[in-house]
Amino acid sequence: MDNKTYIEQLISFFSNDLGWGIWGDVTGWIVVAVVYLAFFAVTGLYLVLMERKVAGWIQLRHGPNRVGPWGLFQTIGDAIKLVTKELTGTAKADKFLYNLAPYFPIVAALISLSVFAFSKDLQAFDINIGLFFLTAVSSVGVIGILLGGWASNNKFALIGAMRSGVQVISYELSVGLSLLTMVLLTGSLQLSEIIEVQRTGGWLIYQGHIPAIIAFMIYMIAGTAETNRAPFDLIEAESELGAGYHTEYSGMKFAYFFLAEFINMFIIAAIAVTVFFGGWLSPFGITEGIEIEWLQAIFGVFWFVLKVGMIIVLMMFFRWTYPRLRIDQVLTLEWKYLLPLNLMNIVLMAIMVWAGFTLPWPF
Amino acid sequence: MDYEAQIKKNQFRTEEYKINMGPQHPATHGVLRLNLTIDGEIIKRVEPDLGYIHRGIEKMCEYDSYPQIIHLTDRMDYLSSHNNNEAVALAIEKALEIEVSDRVKYIRTIVGELTRLASHQLWWGVMGMDLGALTSYFYGFRDREVINDIFEETCGARLTMNYSIPGGIRYDIHKNFVQRVKDFIVHFRSKLPEYDQLLTGNIIFEKRMKGVGILSKEDAISYGVSGPVARASGVKSDIRKIKPYSAFAVQDIDFKEPIYTEGDAYSRYKVRIDEMWESMRIIEQLVDNIPEGNIKEPTKAVIKLPKGEFYQRVETARGELGVYINSDGKKSPYRMKFRSPGFSNLSALEDMAVGSKLGDLVAMMATLDLVVPDIDR
Repeated sequence: MDNKTYIEQLISFFSNDLGWGIWGDVTGWIVVAVVYLAFFAVTGLYLVLMERKVAGWIQLRHGPNRVGPWGLFQTIGDAIKLVTKELTGTAKADKFLYNLAPYFPIVAALISLSVFAFSKDLQAFDINIGLFFLTAVSSVGVIGILLGGWASNNKFALIGAMRSGVQVISYELSVGLSLLTMVLLTGSLQLSEIIEVQRTGGWLIYQGHIPAIIAFMIYMIAGTAETNRAPFDLIEAESELGAGYHTEYSGMKFAYFFLAEFINMFIIAAIAVTVFFGGWLSPFGITEGIEIEWLQAIFGVFWFVLKVGMIIVLMMFFRWTYPRLRIDQVLTLEWKYLLPLNLMNIVLMAIMVWAGFTLPWPF
Repeated sequence: MDYEAQIKKNQFRTEEYKINMGPQHPATHGVLRLNLTIDGEIIKRVEPDLGYIHRGIEKMCEYDSYPQIIHLTDRMDYLSSHNNNEAVALAIEKALEIEVSDRVKYIRTIVGELTRLASHQLWWGVMGMDLGALTSYFYGFRDREVINDIFEETCGARLTMNYSIPGGIRYDIHKNFVQRVKDFIVHFRSKLPEYDQLLTGNIIFEKRMKGVGILSKEDAISYGVSGPVARASGVKSDIRKIKPYSAFAVQDIDFKEPIYTEGDAYSRYKVRIDEMWESMRIIEQLVDNIPEGNIKEPTKAVIKLPKGEFYQRVETARGELGVYINSDGKKSPYRMKFRSPGFSNLSALEDMAVGSKLGDLVAMMATLDLVVPDIDR
């Protein structure tokens, strides 16, 4: 391994080994993009299935279990239905913005996905401002919701869009600040660097102990709010607004909003795993000693996906247990409680790092 | 304040707008339409617009014979169908001066309390769903299903039961009835604390419910609200206590009327949870000593009521149901009027809702426990 990531190896295979030059680079990146898109679609579809299964377990029922074994093909069937469905819209909608809006959340989610480290050296872009990039890109998605709600020319959709604008902008602060707390500990925004810090020193939630746990709690609350999931699903509050901002969308345009929500959940969980729980590192380093490189890569993906899955299940438990907040309570929670707590937590973390009170890793 | 004055004061200019909540809307649980005037999220006016499920039941009654009227009353408040049947049956019996046996009275009361339990279970589930907690729906329906199975075994129907008829009940209870009711009480006594675990103590739930949709005692009386809504505002309004009927008139049944004084959505919620406990206590006291007796007193093939006015009130799950019969001695009533609890309860909605948020309106409607066919008839 000559210090190249797997993706760099793939591209150099096309451009150097096959001798395609610049077209090799292009081919390589197209292959990478297709793989990411496939991952994107599969993750989205199976998170939907997982949510329905988790909901079923909580709600004394089985969830989908008719299409394929354990209902595994249920969401694929749903996707086929959504693709073949007629696209309806309102006559008085602002056609251009109305059609443009669904692309924002889905493109933002897809771009965010590109910087994650799925395993050692399995990362499309390892940019040195990784965390900053993630928070920046993930806030683009809300533009789609605002546009969709505004352009549908429906008052319920407009109320939903208005709520989402208020909510997402508020909770972005908490997401950013709680991640900043952890950056004080790592000294880097680069995702691979953050994981490297945890390889020797233990997971950050262990190193940073009290402030890190507070930061994690704030991050989970704010992250749930950012994905617009219950108990913060005010923007599509079905008992108040019908379907909120996507009331007037149908077929695949609706599916874009819907899939983006699930991918956003994956992204929020993946950031949490990277920053707090050691990314693709195994617990207590149990698989780090493996010499075979491809096996280690697979184990990395395995641990990463397992941890992300656990965080996602936690978020699903939130959704199926808690009632929805009211819009003023959402804002009160953020501006009166989470934000001051967050700022104090940053100071606490700074003092801790300065005084060297981090917990050493005993193993 | 006009636009220029606001600009001068450097304020944000806001505009009121109207939205239609319903007739097709998830929170109205039927075809109720609310014309809302909203400023941002704050409600300025609420105008309920009725008539989308008006079937003219009162007018139809004027052309039907008295036993046929029972069938129509099922379709008013379908969640307390037995209580509706009982009310009409009691009114007719009062007019004909029939004294039904104690067995009929006991069975009517037990089935009536089971109906109340089933209605409150459904309300609890649906209320959670309105607030965004979808899980409660399935918990409520799990326990309601047990009651519906008991009904199905006894009278063949699960929802629109037609069990009480003038002069008695249609069939005797099934031989498993007593045992299954006892089993249900044991089952539900262990499951009702789950309801509290899921919602009652939850901080989000309490924040959503406490201090929301306050109805003062004075307003409650002047709007004529009844049932749990009135009790949450501190008004004693239980017909079972005020004017006992059926088994309440025979045996001195020990049960409390839950009274709260806050008048907010949370106390309406608590009243209904307490009522479920009390209903179980009532059933427990009755189910073991159902006396023997006729299940039906003989009536003429064509029932003709004597001339005059007859009125009977019963306590349904939603409040006081009044049945008024004006008879001119023929086989159909000259005029039939139902005083339905849902209609009066809905009239208090605007008073509660003005000035609160859109999300609160849903919580208020959920705790008023509206059944639209009951309001429209």
